[in-house]
Amino acid sequence: MSNKLYQRVLLDHNKNPRHFGKLDAPTHHAHGVNTLCGDDYHIHLVVTDGMVTDVGFYGEGCAISKSAASLMAMHIKGTSLDAVIRLKDAFIQLLTTDAPPPESELGHLMIFQNVKSFPMRVKCATLIWRALEAALQQSPTPVSTEDATHS
Amino acid sequence: MIKADIPLLRNRPDLVYLDSAATTQKPDAVIDAMTAMYTHQYATVHRGVYRLSAESTAAYAKARRDVAAFVNAKQDRNIVFTKGTTDGINLVARGFVRSLLQPGDTIVVSAIEHHANMVPWQMMAKEAQARVVYVPVDSYGHLDMVQFQAALTDRTRFVALTQVSNALGSVFPVDDCVRLAKSKHIPILIDGAQAIAHDGVDLHELDPDFYCFSGHKMYGPTGIGVCYMNDRVIDRVAPITFGGDMIERVTHEATTFAKPPIVFEAGTPAIVEAIGLGAAVAYIQSVGLPAIQAHERDLTNYAYTRLSQLDFLQLYGPKPAESPIISFNVRDVHPHDVGSILDQDGIAIRVGHHCSQPTMAHLQVVATARVSLAAYNTMNDIDRLCDSLHRVQEVFLT
Repeated sequence: MSNKLYQRVLLDHNKNPRHFGKLDAPTHHAHGVNTLCGDDYHIHLVVTDGMVTDVGFYGEGCAISKSAASLMAMHIKGTSLDAVIRLKDAFIQLLTTDAPPPESELGHLMIFQNVKSFPMRVKCATLIWRALEAALQQSPTPVSTEDATHS
Repeated sequence: MIKADIPLLRNRPDLVYLDSAATTQKPDAVIDAMTAMYTHQYATVHRGVYRLSAESTAAYAKARRDVAAFVNAKQDRNIVFTKGTTDGINLVARGFVRSLLQPGDTIVVSAIEHHANMVPWQMMAKEAQARVVYVPVDSYGHLDMVQFQAALTDRTRFVALTQVSNALGSVFPVDDCVRLAKSKHIPILIDGAQAIAHDGVDLHELDPDFYCFSGHKMYGPTGIGVCYMNDRVIDRVAPITFGGDMIERVTHEATTFAKPPIVFEAGTPAIVEAIGLGAAVAYIQSVGLPAIQAHERDLTNYAYTRLSQLDFLQLYGPKPAESPIISFNVRDVHPHDVGSILDQDGIAIRVGHHCSQPTMAHLQVVATARVSLAAYNTMNDIDRLCDSLHRVQEVFLT
């Protein structure tokens, strides 16, 4: 059975997340954590010659955050850094603004557009992408997508 | 039928509201009383010489008197209006407990307090190089009374306990705790935020030194609450907020203060919210506490029975439930996902750590789903909850 928010693809990635686990020798890594809801993931990347050649993530959280991480990992592996950054910007734009980015770029990731109808859950879908951003910027501090005004 | 008294529930007939431990919806009686105050009697209190201000002052005083009668306080002066439970606990922490503490002293609390009844004590202890002692609870959320007694030593300066756990719904034997603390001459605060809308309280009978609660969890407005202080302590509490209204005489050199409770209500108070709280008390009395208790007991028993029959749920807290709060998880589904699926069916529940992360640590979970009931809930609300929980299971099983 599927559901507006929990579509089959998303549920499948929640149950069987791809690229789930640590990498032995990541060149980049970051920690994304939403302390209020408990979503907590680490992302590992291997970047070689301007390409993301390997990716892994581990941690725990809800179905939205986990499937977002799994689908992101699939999409960025084997992709140039320029394209990864474009994808990240397009995904965050899709979730946090009213201007939809071109579908062709996001492909399968478009299934997350329904999350917009659940404003409290947008932070779950974007967490791993902010962690990706932090990893690429070599940021040592954990990132969060929880508004500091929440309690 | 009490649901008909609540305009929000009339306006959203498909809503099943099960988050009353966070905040209750408001009856017409409260909203109308506040509107009538703004439209007929509103002016500042305690200052105007004109008739309108006198009327406003009288209405504000009447609200205090009505609340005092509701909780059976000895006098109106024992009722200090605050912004809410958190504000009241902070007033007691800063204005009373801080000056009692010497290095090595202790403040005794339970292990599963709301952050509002935990963090202020941590802060005071840190400033004074004192220590917070956490009395453990068992797996049902019941206070370990042996450990509680053992925690009360000659270094204990204060005790602060919740009456009903907001995260687990367990009820603490606060009458025994107050008696034990009093026998050792240790002042005690009871956090009544989760108790008062359901069972009321008789403060003459319970006789804690301090008792804090919020208006918005008992059908009243936000921004108003009560910090009850009994006669043993009220004249020893120092004001922590300074300004207008709380003074007696001010010169450039020195200021003398007004008497309790006004000394703790600096600035223009939440006049209309106080009137709203008075109206909430009157509403509870008009429905009748015994009727509310009976209805909520039936609802809670029904909810607990239905939920405990769902084998894909893990229930937390007392078995059976002791208050209209039931905490649970759907096995292998994150509580936020449970909350979102229920939300799609029009059912509002709380998911998260319920402002009590140490309670979640005690349960060894990140978060739980929590259903909390009030007088306006119905058996049908519980049926819709259970139907929707089946849907969670269907969505995540396939």
